[in-house]
Amino acid sequence: MTAYEKVKAARANDRASAVDFIHSIFTDFIEMHGDRRFADDKAVVAGIALLYDMPVTVIGIEKGKTTKDRIDRNFGSAHPEGYRKALLQMKKAEKFGRPVICFIDTAGAYCGIGAEERGQGEAIAECLYEMSTLKTPIISILIGEGGSGGALALAVADEVWMLENAVYSVISPEGCASILWKDPTRVEQAAECLKLTVTDLYKFKVIEKALSEAKGKEALYRGIKEKLFHSLKEKKNADITELLEKRYAKFRKIGSN
Amino acid sequence: MLKKGIFKKPQNTLEGNTKLNKTHDISIPNELCVLCPSCKKTLFSGTLGEGKYVCPNCGYYFRMNARQRIASLTDTGSFVELNKDMTSKNVLSFPEYEKKLEIAELESAEKEAVITGTALIGTYRCALFVMEPYFMMGSMGTVVGEKITRLFEFATENGLPVVGVTVSGGARMQEGILSLMQMAKVSAAVKRHSDARNLYITLLTNPTMGGVTASFAMQGDIIISEPEALVGFAGPRVIEQTIRQKLPEGFQKAEFLQKTGFIDDIVERKRQKEYLTRVLLLHSKERTE
Repeated sequence: MTAYEKVKAARANDRASAVDFIHSIFTDFIEMHGDRRFADDKAVVAGIALLYDMPVTVIGIEKGKTTKDRIDRNFGSAHPEGYRKALLQMKKAEKFGRPVICFIDTAGAYCGIGAEERGQGEAIAECLYEMSTLKTPIISILIGEGGSGGALALAVADEVWMLENAVYSVISPEGCASILWKDPTRVEQAAECLKLTVTDLYKFKVIEKALSEAKGKEALYRGIKEKLFHSLKEKKNADITELLEKRYAKFRKIGSN
Repeated sequence: MLKKGIFKKPQNTLEGNTKLNKTHDISIPNELCVLCPSCKKTLFSGTLGEGKYVCPNCGYYFRMNARQRIASLTDTGSFVELNKDMTSKNVLSFPEYEKKLEIAELESAEKEAVITGTALIGTYRCALFVMEPYFMMGSMGTVVGEKITRLFEFATENGLPVVGVTVSGGARMQEGILSLMQMAKVSAAVKRHSDARNLYITLLTNPTMGGVTASFAMQGDIIISEPEALVGFAGPRVIEQTIRQKLPEGFQKAEFLQKTGFIDDIVERKRQKEYLTRVLLLHSKERTE
């Protein structure tokens, strides 16, 4: 697949979305809706659940299924209150010693009047800042589109995993082609140049694990469930200072030479 | 030399006829006289610096480069630069990136889009980073991220406050995901500096956008802005395209941010050094110990 074909696959309507992962991997999911500041942003789904017998906090960016659902969820583009909801739940996770798992699928944080009025930049900045020292293990999984700051806001994690046909980029190929080259027809080239595929990101050490989609959704859910359980168990038993040191070093190394 | 963009028409109302902070690409130091883009008065460029690059006639804020900012905010001769020779590489082999870097270096006479170091501000020692608008519009690539991270680490080790002046179009597209990761890297260093109970002040200048707003620009203990500076996450044109309507007057200006509660104060250029000195005095360690 070319880079742009990967982009299209990542955006495909029949692709498993965050709620599919949440309901297939965890049991006893209890959703927590509010950010206690402004509103319930339906683009972000957050709550507590069980991973086998381990209580965990689960957060996902959800694009929605039907047309109505997609509109309700703003097509998976979160407002500041979505990020504040996520951070509130992460703080609870820290308090109660629950690991955090994030499923990321967004074209990007929403660009609109309300989003700016309520501090989209500040909300994302706060997530990056707090997650860097959140005293509980965090694993973030890129399941579809990883659109810029809106995706990174939930990906300052101990490990970042990525599906074979997911993409992760500083800007969409469309945005890049039109801003940089003033030529929207050059999207395919932009996708290529941005190095947004799983292979590129593994090479740049931005992600720790690539997850194959070849055996279908059920196998994928089962695989992730196993991997999450083992990895989180190990991290829960590790010394928290060491875990945070490693988290710091993971991002510290990127672009340090 | 005439630079492109000097006669550029405003692309929307936000770039249009406001008094302050228009972004005409005029390089003040190279020319004897400059025309104020706002009141059209001819000004002698030699004396502009003494007035902090504010038009004495109408109050228009000329864009300042990073060295001019440093001279304007710090005690004379006190600035010591750190990591000054770091330059960007084209890690992604992005088309024409090397050429853009070369042009940026020529236009700004700097090696990258941020200058970092230590300085005295009103006799108080601090670590300082100042972004450079004439180097690819202050865009953040790996070198910008690395220099600011190193500065915060240095400040944490030495118990120094950090003062940061931001001006940026956001993350640098030519460095792809690596530039996005700088947002996380710098944020983590800011958090460590903060957890060690050190002070961080950000001064937002026109424009501060995208990944810089969504990371270290908004993480200061104290966040101040220049009057009418454009500060936001998404650029006005992107928002207008997304929502297909015109944006209200003054949207994303400093005054708007103060009204919506995201900055602590708006401080005019001529008061900025005095303001920083006062804040540094109130946080000085000799005082609290």
